[in-house]
Amino acid sequence: MTVTPFTPLESLAGGALIGASAVLLLLTTGRLAGISGIVRRLLPPYAASAPLEAAAFIAALFASPFVWTLATGGPVHQTVTPSLSLAVVAGLLVGAGVFAARGCTSGHGVCGLARLSRRSIVATAVFMATAAATVYAVRHVIGGWPWA
Amino acid sequence: MGVIGALLSGLLFGLGLILSGMVDPAKVQNFLDIAGTWDPSLAFVMAGAIGVAAPGFWLVRRRAAPLSGSQFRVPPADAPIDRRLVIGAAVFGIGWGLAGFCPGPALVSLPLAAPGTIAFVSAMVAAISVCALLQARK
Repeated sequence: MTVTPFTPLESLAGGALIGASAVLLLLTTGRLAGISGIVRRLLPPYAASAPLEAAAFIAALFASPFVWTLATGGPVHQTVTPSLSLAVVAGLLVGAGVFAARGCTSGHGVCGLARLSRRSIVATAVFMATAAATVYAVRHVIGGWPWA
Repeated sequence: MGVIGALLSGLLFGLGLILSGMVDPAKVQNFLDIAGTWDPSLAFVMAGAIGVAAPGFWLVRRRAAPLSGSQFRVPPADAPIDRRLVIGAAVFGIGWGLAGFCPGPALVSLPLAAPGTIAFVSAMVAAISVCALLQARK
């Protein structure tokens, strides 16, 4: 387990940027900033709606770590799992889950809560609970991912 | 206008995820690990995001239409809660807890090319594609 420092100011400011991003997207395109929905619109079968805006949003997400490093001079700090089996299992669960729930942390957890959507309040409570239970089970019950 | 808005919005979103620490799976998992190395930072991310988005959305929705396009494409806030929503959210949460990645931070991390990130995003996109194609065939 990697200990991470408590960063209330950076996290609050970063959250405010995410909120401002969602407001800007709604104002300019009329859509909510739900990442899983934006990814979905870029994959077949295609709906009639403009995938160009979705592609632009994702391209800018890809550019953001480079812009970060240019602007701050520092790297993006992260610790990603070294286990490819864990990454694949988790990616499959996340993909299927957000498709069924029609939203993830951004669409339900930020945009949905901000507009008091009942579906989003339920979804956020459920995914927070199963995520915390999963971390508890892996770290404190079985003592780590068994198939490194 | 729509494309420029989407570009700026995507950039702000990505920088917000990086500044807040959401892009670090270890930090996300520590937020979820109340019994262990708990790091409450991510509660501040949600507070900051909702604190700006809630009044911002309210102001934007007073307009008849967005700057680009003829109408807002937003699901109704009072749509019914069904089993699909609850099961989907539960499955998503398990994957989120396992890797510490949800879709936004995983995509922002993709250009940094950690092997775990590439594997996660490939599996996630494959799962969304298969689900979408299966649903379309019904």
